[in-house]
Amino acid sequence: MTAGTENKMMKTIVFQLLDKEYAIEVDVVQSIEKLLLMTITRIPGVPDYVKGVINLRGMVTPIVDLRVRFDLPETGYDDNTRIIIVNLEDYDVGLIVDNANDVIDIPAGALESQPEVVGSVESEFVAGVAKIDKRLLVMLNLDHVLKPIRNGNSDDN
Amino acid sequence: MDTDQYLEMFLEESKEHLQACNEQLLELEKNPDDLGIVNEIFRAAHTLKGMSATMGYEDIANLTHKMENVLDAIRNSKISVTSEILDVVFESSETLEEMVIDIEEGGTGKKDVGSLVTMLNQIEAGKSPTAAAEQASEEKAVHSQPEGLVYDDFEQTVITQSIDQGFHAYELTVTLRDDCLLKAARVFMVFEILEKAGEIIKTSPTVEHLENEEFDNRFTVVLVTKEDAGDLQSKIQKVSELEKADIQPVQFQSASRETAAAAEAVVTPEASKDGAVEENEPAQPADKKKAGKAEASPKRSGASHSANKTIRVNIDRLDVLMNLFEELVIDRGRLQSIAAELQNSELNETTERMTRISGDLQNIILNMRMVPVETVFNRFPKMVRQLARDLDKKINLEIIGAETELDRTVIDEIGDPLVHLIRNAVDHGVESPAERRSKGKPEEGTVTLRAYHSGNHVFIELEDDGAGVNRERVLKKAIERGIVTEDAADTLTDKQVAELILSSGFSTAEKLTDVSGRGVGLDVVKSTIESLGGHISIDSKEGEGSLFQVQLPLTLSIISVMLVEMQKEVFAVPLSSIIETAIIHRDDILNAHNQRVIDFRGKIVPLVDLREIFHTGLPEEEEDYKSVVIVRKGENLAALVVDSFIGQQEIVLKSLGNYLQSVFALSGATILGNGQVALIVDCNALIK
Repeated sequence: MTAGTENKMMKTIVFQLLDKEYAIEVDVVQSIEKLLLMTITRIPGVPDYVKGVINLRGMVTPIVDLRVRFDLPETGYDDNTRIIIVNLEDYDVGLIVDNANDVIDIPAGALESQPEVVGSVESEFVAGVAKIDKRLLVMLNLDHVLKPIRNGNSDDN
Repeated sequence: MDTDQYLEMFLEESKEHLQACNEQLLELEKNPDDLGIVNEIFRAAHTLKGMSATMGYEDIANLTHKMENVLDAIRNSKISVTSEILDVVFESSETLEEMVIDIEEGGTGKKDVGSLVTMLNQIEAGKSPTAAAEQASEEKAVHSQPEGLVYDDFEQTVITQSIDQGFHAYELTVTLRDDCLLKAARVFMVFEILEKAGEIIKTSPTVEHLENEEFDNRFTVVLVTKEDAGDLQSKIQKVSELEKADIQPVQFQSASRETAAAAEAVVTPEASKDGAVEENEPAQPADKKKAGKAEASPKRSGASHSANKTIRVNIDRLDVLMNLFEELVIDRGRLQSIAAELQNSELNETTERMTRISGDLQNIILNMRMVPVETVFNRFPKMVRQLARDLDKKINLEIIGAETELDRTVIDEIGDPLVHLIRNAVDHGVESPAERRSKGKPEEGTVTLRAYHSGNHVFIELEDDGAGVNRERVLKKAIERGIVTEDAADTLTDKQVAELILSSGFSTAEKLTDVSGRGVGLDVVKSTIESLGGHISIDSKEGEGSLFQVQLPLTLSIISVMLVEMQKEVFAVPLSSIIETAIIHRDDILNAHNQRVIDFRGKIVPLVDLREIFHTGLPEEEEDYKSVVIVRKGENLAALVVDSFIGQQEIVLKSLGNYLQSVFALSGATILGNGQVALIVDCNALIK
């Protein structure tokens, strides 16, 4: 990855999963919801990381649990658990995260390609890492994390 | 000139004009002597020419211009209508259509029209100069009519009195430029100026015709005013796109009234129906009297009470309206459940009232989105004509019920499947004339396209009096392709055999033709229709013809469902696929070859436990009595086992979005009164 010469800032929303901090661009984030205020309707026959759908102000929005998506141990949801609603090109998806409470500007040059090993997160999900002060932020590649589910039912396999 | 802002309008209108052209051409083919039709086509072509020239699409303008010349020659009886001429004109209009579509898709609308232009030129040149002169002059007489206005007694009185009181009375003839884009708007601007200046007594053509742009380029207005002619003229000439405006004092031709009427009587048989209406000026005494008496307020609106006032609304806005209304339906459900809990009589009353009103509103909004199937059907006559020519068959397409209305979302999808079906009927259904003769049928085959409402559905039927489905041939092929086994083949009813042609990988035409039969087709039709929540069936009698029946839901956005509960989860089953609900005893369940079935009114119906399919978990102990919903897909039934029924409800269909593509046995979701999402069961996926 080439370091940008100009000092362009990228605004990101930072959230936590387990003990790590992740970042996604603020442009794709539509809103952040408190999970405990939402009722999730389970959808049968889809991968287990798709927790179901919620009624987001009249829109039926699918919800993905990022812990399960990244093969992290599942814990119960608590008061801090948040759903980050992201708008991708063709669809909206809600991401369940442990906590979301920071907005950070990342200089374009600070983004580096990921080291060989970044925890247990599969590398295709990671767009890069940025070190801001003492914090290490993992930038996610949402297009890979949220690939459309096709024929998600087990009968087809 | 920046024409972008007009592009949409141009596209819309050119399509309308081309459609009019096509319809009239087909009409002309049936009545080649009716010059009225030629006039109609001429008018459409003329407008198109003007529009395209303004927009800078020269090829379109060029082609329409030549077309217009030929039509003009026909109109003036210089040449007579033959099928060769019509073919060329048809082809021209088809090319025009292609060019317009090209523009719509972002192209330049350029196309080589050279050969067509040459052909049109040749036709035009092949004129027979004799006998044309007289009629041409007569035609001229008709068209120059506006100059010699005829006043009735009342108008004369009004004008004379006004002149006595010091007003001037003028005849004002306005000629619009050939390329005038918005004729009605220009007319309106002229009228606005005139109404400020004085009182309009009379117009020719009538105001209604002017507003509908049913005039060539010129119109005449009779005005009483205090201003003088020069002022008026200079004011009017400020309106753009005017060629010229002539002002003359009114001169009565009262004496000539009889003669004029007589002249018209002579002319009328030759003139077009429309022309006659336009020029003869059907008396509108009531309006005129109003206009004359109510001096203070110019009563132009009195004359403009056209029967159907419409506005064009962008479809996106309707979609937004629909979305907002869907929100309202959800909240209505919520309010109803709150009211039911609180048991407050005033709240109940208000809620009920709101429910009723929103019900009416729902009907109106749904109706607004309704489009007559005509918009799909209107391209078929031309298509069938072309197909019949290509295949050397004689086919008469009858369309019944084109005014039947369907939701726009359904209309958008239904076009292609119908094209497939019609092609199939024309190609495989109707036999060649020789074959028909030998069978003792009339040479001309009839294909009937019928649309009608029934209950909550719209039916579209396509019937042909052709060969019908050949049982032997279909079975042979089906066995060859492994669609059925030989053993099973013997047990199939004729109807079941006919329906085999809808299965994928099937094509019975012995030789593949251009028109249809590439092995895809009818199965695509079937799946498209089923994805719309519809259903297709075939009835066929060998040697007598076939009937394809397509059943479609009226609308796709708000549907009636039955809510069912399974281990605290709520699912919705569309009412359209439910036959009935039942409660069965455990002992009634039979086991047939790995499949649990029940005997339902003498029919063996497979039992499908929805709780297993949707992994909701089963009740701890198997219950003695099971609630089942009997659903169907075509002829096939299935009994879905659920925990309990909640009830029937109108719901708003929402898609699961693009992230969750093709989830098994679910067709979408909806939001219930309590704000929760419920999933909609796709019964078609559960029945093999």
